[in-house]
Amino acid sequence: MDPVNTGHEASKHRNWVKLSHWIVTVSFLALTVTGFEMIMVHPRFYWGEAGNDLTPALFEVPVSRNYHHGGYSSSTPFFDKPESPVSASRTYDIFNQNGWGRSLHFLSGWFLTLTGLLYLLAGTFTGHFRRHLWPQLWSLKHLKEDMRRHWKWDIPATSGGPDYGFLQRLSYLGVIFVLMPLIAMTGMTMSPAITAEHGWLLKLFLGAQSARTIHFMVSVALELFLAVHLVMIVKSGFRKQVRSMTL
Amino acid sequence: MKRRNYMSRRQAIATGLSTLGAALMLPGCTKPLPPTYGNILRMGDRLTYVAHRALLPGQSLAKEYNFSNISSMPATGTTNPADTSQKGYNEEYEKLFKGNFEDWRLALEGSVTMPGSFSVADLQKLPSRTQITRHTCEEGWTAITEWTGVPLSTLLQTAGIKPSARFINFYAFDGFADSIDLYDAFHPQTILAYGMNGKTLPIPHGAPVRLRVEKQIGYKSMKYLSRIVVTDDYVDLGDSGWAWYTGI
Repeated sequence: MDPVNTGHEASKHRNWVKLSHWIVTVSFLALTVTGFEMIMVHPRFYWGEAGNDLTPALFEVPVSRNYHHGGYSSSTPFFDKPESPVSASRTYDIFNQNGWGRSLHFLSGWFLTLTGLLYLLAGTFTGHFRRHLWPQLWSLKHLKEDMRRHWKWDIPATSGGPDYGFLQRLSYLGVIFVLMPLIAMTGMTMSPAITAEHGWLLKLFLGAQSARTIHFMVSVALELFLAVHLVMIVKSGFRKQVRSMTL
Repeated sequence: MKRRNYMSRRQAIATGLSTLGAALMLPGCTKPLPPTYGNILRMGDRLTYVAHRALLPGQSLAKEYNFSNISSMPATGTTNPADTSQKGYNEEYEKLFKGNFEDWRLALEGSVTMPGSFSVADLQKLPSRTQITRHTCEEGWTAITEWTGVPLSTLLQTAGIKPSARFINFYAFDGFADSIDLYDAFHPQTILAYGMNGKTLPIPHGAPVRLRVEKQIGYKSMKYLSRIVVTDDYVDLGDSGWAWYTGI
């Protein structure tokens, strides 16, 4: 058994953990595909409240033919002053599959959010978070020891249960209590109906476009988590990991 | 017109909400919800619609900005229905455009006691509302613009909307047709805009009159309006592949 987790007996994953894990997995994959599709439609990111093809971008992602398409008629200023905001008509037939992309993104968002809320309740009241995710010992020595082991690529074989290591616990806590709430809230900040009722979301994330940019950055962080998660699953025994999370 | 045929905004909202409530319990009695076509994506859209109506019950205003916040705004989709090279070309619109829209009339018909039609001047005589709001396009971009127009609720009350009415259908010169429920129709920021950034609404942005539905995504704010029809039931225009309710 992993010496980092002494004092904790190996147990099996609970059924509600397994079920929510796979619902979240499928939802997350659908959100990834549709999220990428939406970036393809408008691969420009901004900061603040307003941002579009006629305003400068914070950064642009070189995906799809919409990247730098430049298909606009000459612009007309709205006001008779220098630096006036302008209007221009689009002359380019952009790539746009948002009809199904948006609807599938929101449908998956519903599955993820509702499952996530039930998971948070269950995790709190069954003691799952306290026993399996909250590190038993918060010490620098502990952290250094677990980092050293990771650095040496000394990853123990899985026991098939929630006897997680120190860094593993920290990353799960980060996903559950930081990244997931952040991506859900920034997603809702892009909704005109929700922000009309809950204007504090626009204040918190400094505008609808800032929320979109943060949403994108958090999605990148979650994809990186997924990549590391998969590598660790393979390293610690892929078949046993998948079996213990499923059966 | 008889006084009792008028309907206050509050009554209209209350009727709309109670209908929605009844519909959730007694499906099949009326058609208060858009169809799902047995399609899981449209079922998800309907869930969003029902959840928004249940969880966001206030008629809160969408954020309004200052004049200095006005940003550039691209014109997308149809940008001139008088242009024969565009998909949304319309011969009638071309004629109206050449006559400076003096012959343009917005028809208002259906479940109203006084169907009629309005010229731009008629609309401008009604009390106006000016709002600086954020346009949220489904593509992902946003723009802040000042819009001036007449609240749709004023027009509906003037025409005497009937208590049985549930949906407001809009038809545009470029071929688009869409509808909103009474809840959005009676929202104070839902206006028929004839002005943009202090000037006459330009052609690329929907001249002479466009709709503004500030609590939904941009494509619900239909440009180049020609006709408004008030209906008791949801008019099924088929699955366009795009969500009907886009508060998200």
